[in-house]
Amino acid sequence: MAAQASIDCSHRLTFSKRSMSSALSTPSVGVFSADAFSAHLAAQPSTAPAWWNARKRAAHALFLELPMPARTDEGWRFSSRSTLTLEGFAVTAPTTAPASSTTPALVELDDALATLTFLDGVLIKRTSAPAELLGKGLIVGTLQETLSRHPELLREHFMAQPQKLGSEKFAALHTAFVNDGAVIFVPKGMEVSAPIIVTHASRGAGAAVFPHTLVILQDQAKATVVDVFVSPESDPGTPKTHPTAFACGANDLYVGHSAQLTYAAAQVWSLDTLSFQLNSTVVRRDARVQSLNLHLGAVQARHESLSQLQAPGGFSEMLAVTVASGDQEFDQRTLQIHQAPHTKSDLLYKNALLDTARTIFSGLIVVDPDAQKTDAYQSNRNLMLSDTAEASSLPGLEIQANDVRCTHGATTSRIDPEQLFYLQTRGIAPAKARELLVFGFFEEVLNRLEHEGLHKAFLALIQSHFH
Amino acid sequence: MNPLSELETETIDIPIDVPVENPAVGIDQAVGDFTYDVKYAFDAGSGLSEKTVRYISTVKKEASWLLDFRLAALKTFYSKPMPTHWATKDLENIDFDKIRYYLSQGQTPKRTWDEVPEDIKRTFERLGIPEQERKFLAGVEAQFDSEAAYSNIKDIVAKQGVIFVNSTEALREHPELFRKWFGKIIPTGDNKFSALNSAVFSGGSFIYVPKGVKVAQPLQAYFRINAENFGQFERTLIIADEGSEVTYMEGCTAPKFSTSTLHSAVVELVALKGAKIQYITVQNWAPNVFNLVTKRGVAYEDAEIKWIDCNIGSRLTMKYPGVVLKGRRARGEVISIALANDGQHQDTGAKMVHAADETTSTIISKSISVGQGRSTYRGQVHIPKHLKGCKNNTECDALLINTNSRTDTYPAITVRGDSHAVQHEASVSKVNEEQIFYMQQRGLTEGQAMSLAVNGFVNDLVRQFPMEYSVELKRLIDLEMEGSVG
Repeated sequence: MAAQASIDCSHRLTFSKRSMSSALSTPSVGVFSADAFSAHLAAQPSTAPAWWNARKRAAHALFLELPMPARTDEGWRFSSRSTLTLEGFAVTAPTTAPASSTTPALVELDDALATLTFLDGVLIKRTSAPAELLGKGLIVGTLQETLSRHPELLREHFMAQPQKLGSEKFAALHTAFVNDGAVIFVPKGMEVSAPIIVTHASRGAGAAVFPHTLVILQDQAKATVVDVFVSPESDPGTPKTHPTAFACGANDLYVGHSAQLTYAAAQVWSLDTLSFQLNSTVVRRDARVQSLNLHLGAVQARHESLSQLQAPGGFSEMLAVTVASGDQEFDQRTLQIHQAPHTKSDLLYKNALLDTARTIFSGLIVVDPDAQKTDAYQSNRNLMLSDTAEASSLPGLEIQANDVRCTHGATTSRIDPEQLFYLQTRGIAPAKARELLVFGFFEEVLNRLEHEGLHKAFLALIQSHFH
Repeated sequence: MNPLSELETETIDIPIDVPVENPAVGIDQAVGDFTYDVKYAFDAGSGLSEKTVRYISTVKKEASWLLDFRLAALKTFYSKPMPTHWATKDLENIDFDKIRYYLSQGQTPKRTWDEVPEDIKRTFERLGIPEQERKFLAGVEAQFDSEAAYSNIKDIVAKQGVIFVNSTEALREHPELFRKWFGKIIPTGDNKFSALNSAVFSGGSFIYVPKGVKVAQPLQAYFRINAENFGQFERTLIIADEGSEVTYMEGCTAPKFSTSTLHSAVVELVALKGAKIQYITVQNWAPNVFNLVTKRGVAYEDAEIKWIDCNIGSRLTMKYPGVVLKGRRARGEVISIALANDGQHQDTGAKMVHAADETTSTIISKSISVGQGRSTYRGQVHIPKHLKGCKNNTECDALLINTNSRTDTYPAITVRGDSHAVQHEASVSKVNEEQIFYMQQRGLTEGQAMSLAVNGFVNDLVRQFPMEYSVELKRLIDLEMEGSVG
């Protein structure tokens, strides 16, 4: 290809590198070309520190350099790769907020501490946290605000953790094109039980968005953060041949010594979205993190979750509920790394599969050589509700210390006919009995949410998906 | 004259249920650690080329179709990359140019023990093939390097119509029986090492069990590698015709050598309607051997294939016995025990491909990592679309002895449809400290206690082995556990 290009352009001696890469729009670059990136960078506020732009440039270079996932990539085993496209989306340069934009608040909680709502990477609405807490150092803000007021926070924590689950290319893409996102900073010793709700909305069709949420809990802090990803369905009823919307999100959760974080996310992208979400959690000494991801939307959704237990006493609870229907594909990859002794992790991922949907769960527990007394658990349960759905499970272990308790389990089965029969003998109609059993299946995960309002809101989202 | 009599006391009559004072007493640790200067009548030299393949085929006086098969396989071998995108990089250390692909002392398998040359007998004596085994087992096809040095099929088995020959004889004398299935269960291109085996194979057992024949005693073969840098590429094909039953056992020991040797076998099993095949392997390769084996069986309607696979020793073992469940109600089972000591990597597992309704499969894997040993379980369970009522149960337990021992588990399970039940469980643990404490209180040393605990860990699986093998296995474990504590 390069040879061809040089022949075509042989009369132009000043053939710049930039125009060359845009001339050669390859499948591994798509619309996210050097030109698109320059436009994005030009639209960044002039106040942005030099290191921020340098990081973005390095990330874009890495994105260009890395190939698309190949057939032999173990991290993409069983994933559909032919549908991973980078073409056909508009990389909208960030502008000011659209004049009259309204997005449905999918998760509304009476006791929310603060809310942030982004549309296509631009903050459009916020309710502030109580001034008293802000005065004590709480930050519920945006990346752009933090860049000018507390750049050191981003410098230390923004996308600072390694990408180990196969999406290095998409992580680089995220860093390069991220415009704005949420930053939540809870200072040492501050405990806030009311949830902070961040809504990442997209206009859907044609858009490419890069949502980001950064949560930093200092020592002994406590907080609950909720991420909601939503976009409106476009042209309902029109069959989609390829994804027409693109989301490439990431979050960084940093939980300091003895801090406690509850993180819940609901992904309800439109059904024509190609979605990547790359999550990273750092758990320090005696810290506790509970994260729950609810997956309902997108036509193809890749979700990576890395949990690093870096100091003794750390505990990471990783939960997920997925309802896969139609021809959706949910591809979930997890990694629990125990880097210090006396750490604990507990993973429970539940998938319900309908129609011709596919799910992939690939989880790995890694116990480093010195991480004695590790207690790690990993469980994937697939409920098959259709004869044409397909579930793949790859539960893995890599253990390099001997004084550990590590177990994993994976099951795939249908609704227990005996349970169904029992409910029917009690006069419950088959359809209702089925529904009860399916929701019972999810309840085991949702029950672990302590916040009742959140539990109800997530359950309602699942129910609306079923009817 | 009985050349084996002096070994009797060393190898038999160790009661397994009675705790002995020192489980490792009486085991000559140098067993298997020796070599004889054997004069080979045919030697293909080192390195792999078309010439090597033609040489092997000529020496074996093979039909032209078989030569073509080998040459095509060689091309496939060259074209396939090393599977290091998922497997260990250690594979890159195999130097295919330094390996001798074929050695033989002669072409005629010996029929009686007396005909076996004296120096080969000495080798077997050191290995300790107990005389009892010869008495009880139906036939012994002991493979000394490439060709069968000793072959004695009991009259009863022959009278039942069972054919038990080496690969060369099988493809020359009984092509009508074996050619139909040869290379069909594991095609040449299945993986790089099945291609290599297809190009240079020699030795191995071909068995045909006629309809309805139930072979009462296990058939057995004993393999070992002798010449340094010599790859052993045996090929086994067992066909159990409708309603027949057969158990096959193979054991492997090899002398220790300073440079790497390669063992790469292909084993194909065919269980026709209602047939049962049990294939038992107990191996103890020297710690410099690359043991890369492809094993797969096809089970037709109501048939059953059971792999019992025990891997001790070798530098790297990669072996994932599989069953393709092709007929309704077929059953597949893999029982796997692996022990990885310092510098060893046991990468073992199982593959279950469900291809018919109501098929069931079971995988039970237990691994022990000692010192810096690494054991890996890799499994695949596949239940494709439009099948009904399939079941799989997988259990993997790993035991870690020392603080720096390592274990990995990489299963892959794909299920399509809503009428199946699949379950996978795995756990990793260390030896219970209280158990060790209790045993030490009763006067056992820590090492003895550890050895007993490890034997206890695998005991429920070992009990499924035939007596001779369970005794041998226990001794091997004791030997491996020596020096692992303290």
